[in-house]
Amino acid sequence: MLSPVILIPAILNGLLTGAVYALIALGLTLIYGVLHIINFAHGALLSAAMFAAFFAFHQFGLDPYVAAFLLAPAFFAFGYALQRLVIGPASHGDDRNMLLVTLGIAIVVENALLYAFRADTRTIDVPYAFQTIDFGVAFLAVPRVIGFAAAFAVALLLWVIMNLTDAGKAIRAVAKEKLGAELVGIDVAHIYAMTFGLGTACVAVAACLLIPTYYVNPNVGDAFVLVAFTIVVLGGMGSVPGALIGGLIVGVVESLSGLFLGESLGQIGIFLIFIAVLLVRPNGLFGAKA
Amino acid sequence: MRAYLPIAVVVAALAAVPLVVHSNVALNFLVVALLIALAGQGWNILGGYGGQYSFGHAAFFGTGAYVTAVLQVRYGVNAWVGFIAGIAAAAAVGAFIGALVFRARLRGSYFALVTLAFAEVLRIVASVAPITGAGVGTLIKLDLRAGALQFDSRAVFYWVILALVAVSLVIAQLLERSRFGAWLIAVRENEDAARALGVDATMVKLGAMTLSAAITGAAGCFYAQYFLFVDAGIAYGTWISIQALLTPIVGGAGTVFGPLLGALVVKAFGEGAKVIAGDAPGLDLIAYGAALILVIAFARRGVMGAIADVRKWLMRRPASSSSPAREAIHG
Repeated sequence: MLSPVILIPAILNGLLTGAVYALIALGLTLIYGVLHIINFAHGALLSAAMFAAFFAFHQFGLDPYVAAFLLAPAFFAFGYALQRLVIGPASHGDDRNMLLVTLGIAIVVENALLYAFRADTRTIDVPYAFQTIDFGVAFLAVPRVIGFAAAFAVALLLWVIMNLTDAGKAIRAVAKEKLGAELVGIDVAHIYAMTFGLGTACVAVAACLLIPTYYVNPNVGDAFVLVAFTIVVLGGMGSVPGALIGGLIVGVVESLSGLFLGESLGQIGIFLIFIAVLLVRPNGLFGAKA
Repeated sequence: MRAYLPIAVVVAALAAVPLVVHSNVALNFLVVALLIALAGQGWNILGGYGGQYSFGHAAFFGTGAYVTAVLQVRYGVNAWVGFIAGIAAAAAVGAFIGALVFRARLRGSYFALVTLAFAEVLRIVASVAPITGAGVGTLIKLDLRAGALQFDSRAVFYWVILALVAVSLVIAQLLERSRFGAWLIAVRENEDAARALGVDATMVKLGAMTLSAAITGAAGCFYAQYFLFVDAGIAYGTWISIQALLTPIVGGAGTVFGPLLGALVVKAFGEGAKVIAGDAPGLDLIAYGAALILVIAFARRGVMGAIADVRKWLMRRPASSSSPAREAIHG
């Protein structure tokens, strides 16, 4: 029906976007895996990080890819503080409360951005925004290729942290058996905050990868985070490989449904997958334990 | 009947307000507060009594609003009939989503997420479908007759929404004292234990969600008649999902008066923020988000819980403070 000349670039572009989606989803799934709650503040934090990347470029001329190295630790610290000082104490260890507190944070952050910067949509001009690389079958935009590579680099780094460091071991211990971890002397509040910090740092890197080709406004994060929810549900809550593969699948689905159905209905395709997966296989396609 | 006395007193007191207050600004504030109280009472049935935290009550509010508006504008249906149809449609959407979600045994985070997704799907559909007026929205023609459910006096609108709120209070009170309500609370406290005792948790939650959707839908129907305009961002927007859950939580989830009290507090809080920091987009919502976090952190049972605590403290105080006096007399 469609010639491969259109189809192949659409699929490849979907994969490239999907990798950045996967990075956002990775933060979400990490937090779910350990704290067992969905972080509804994820989207607002993404918007905040995109604003940070925007101003780093605008005020200090910092290239987003350089800014990523500064914003990731800064947002790690922010996420750590948020969990340690706000979410943890405010929710008294009750899951439903935690859910509501993250929603409250989302509302505050998103509207603080709206209050400070208005609803204006802003973009940055980087010299490489429109450069492309010829891969033979398709021309692909440079920022998207970098985003793809960087997303996988971060995923690899995360894997190293989780599997080869003591902090990672402690995080996995808390995720598996909270009480047991507490008994052997792991500070659970600290681990919760570390996890939340790592998830937030993922979002900061994703923001830096998105900003060269995307715009920023106070609720830009919402669109991405609903996609990230879909990915996390698709890949199985708490599953890291699930988030990566789910991200790539959703990227391709979005790209193709955008091609066939048009921009606004393309989004519905994602939601329908989301609802269908939740209803039919709530543990995700890869069967991670929910 | 004694249980209904507080409702009668509160509603009578509120009904007298327009006789004293003639300011349109003040009445408008109260109408919107009652509108949110009604939407919040809907959420309260499912979330407060049933423990199922929906993040997407906009799905029901929006359905009520759109059905009321579209039936009138496109099919020439009478507004009163449209109003009833709107409530029925919202209840049907609630039953539909509930049947899918509860049968799949989705709880907690998953339930919050899937309700949010349904509201978003409806928002996107409404923003492109021709029948809803797509991006332009639907405008109800001005027709100031009681037969068209439009009134030139704000006071009458106020009494209409107050009557709806009164009905919702009675429903909550009935629920609290019924067997169904007891099942619902049992499901909230421990679903597995409730099931083990023979409560059909799925049916109980489904019933609660249908009722919940109907009440929040009624708020949507009223919105359409009061503002005479509906678009996708208003009807299915996150603002209403947030307000519907915020008001009962601030006021006291799982209590009859929680949503009404919460709505008044939340609206006053939002207006207060505007007075202090000037009217700017986002400001009232910052106040709402902060209120949500603060209530959960410091007053988990909301304003109603705080009132109960104060009352308990007052009851205890005379006994302890009178004992030295008593000693003085008897000693």
